[in-house]
Amino acid sequence: MLFLAEDNLPWPPSVEDFFPPSIADGPWLTKFTLFAWIATALLIIFFLVAYRSPKLVPTKLQWLAESMYGFVRTQIARDVIGHEGLRFAPYLTSLFLFILVNNLWGVFPGVQMSVNAHIAFPAMLAILTYLLFNYVGIRKHGVGKYLKTQLIPPGAPVWLFPLLIPLEALQVFILRPFTLAVRLFANMFAGHVILLVFTLGGFLLFASDNFFLKTFGVASWAFAIVMTFFEIIVALLQAYVFALLTAVYIEGAIAEEH
Amino acid sequence: MTALAEISGSMSSVGYGLAAIGPGIGVGLVFAAYIQSTARQPESAGLTRTYLFLGFVIIEALALLGIAFGFVFTTASTTG
Repeated sequence: MLFLAEDNLPWPPSVEDFFPPSIADGPWLTKFTLFAWIATALLIIFFLVAYRSPKLVPTKLQWLAESMYGFVRTQIARDVIGHEGLRFAPYLTSLFLFILVNNLWGVFPGVQMSVNAHIAFPAMLAILTYLLFNYVGIRKHGVGKYLKTQLIPPGAPVWLFPLLIPLEALQVFILRPFTLAVRLFANMFAGHVILLVFTLGGFLLFASDNFFLKTFGVASWAFAIVMTFFEIIVALLQAYVFALLTAVYIEGAIAEEH
Repeated sequence: MTALAEISGSMSSVGYGLAAIGPGIGVGLVFAAYIQSTARQPESAGLTRTYLFLGFVIIEALALLGIAFGFVFTTASTTG
């Protein structure tokens, strides 16, 4: 099957394309659950194998694992949170790599569907971040002082408090987890739709009788390849940004009063 | 009266186009400021990179909310 007939092309791409049929009987095992588990297994096995017998002069595999951990530890945990942030480095690394692998399923040949293109996975990760930064903040400051540092910007005049406190509460406790989840989800969702548009649109143009339009079909496929590379950059960037924002929220929660 | 031209589809796509203008300008401003600050003081590139990404993702969230809501509100209005 090289060329699909024009009639049975799923055009235009819709939300239906994000619900592939279940693999097993019943709704509990889909492509999404399967590849989320595979990503988890891959990461656990990779780090166990890379650190099975750590050497002073690292092997290639150990070097790869160490440089990934080292990147998150210095670039995100230490630079954003400061010295206190090093204890969050393992969590941030797991978060970064889990999101990265799940994002890269979106361009992996044969899978072509990012796990994070379903809102459930980003939402769960955002809830984890939300619980984490509130927990560390409350444990360090206590509830009252934590709310005070989060809700009242330093140096604000008292008569502005009725306006500031609801706005800051909305921003910190509602918009933060919401945008965190939607950002990752929408990036992966839009990426998949873009690839669908250019690949399926290529078939549609190529099937036309006009020679001029046929050329544009080929150009559309070429652009689909370009967009695939762009998707790899987006996958990296979004994984980095999710870990970075988690670190920023933790920093805001444990920061001393200004 | 015969229709000379007809457009079908969802108005949300037009809405998303409008919603993308603001974040587009905003992301441009963020990167312009980063390039300018790096050109003026190359040593500060690493220091400001975190703020570059922070500003970028907060602005980008607006465009992404637009795309998400475009699909959310599309089901009610496409059939027509």
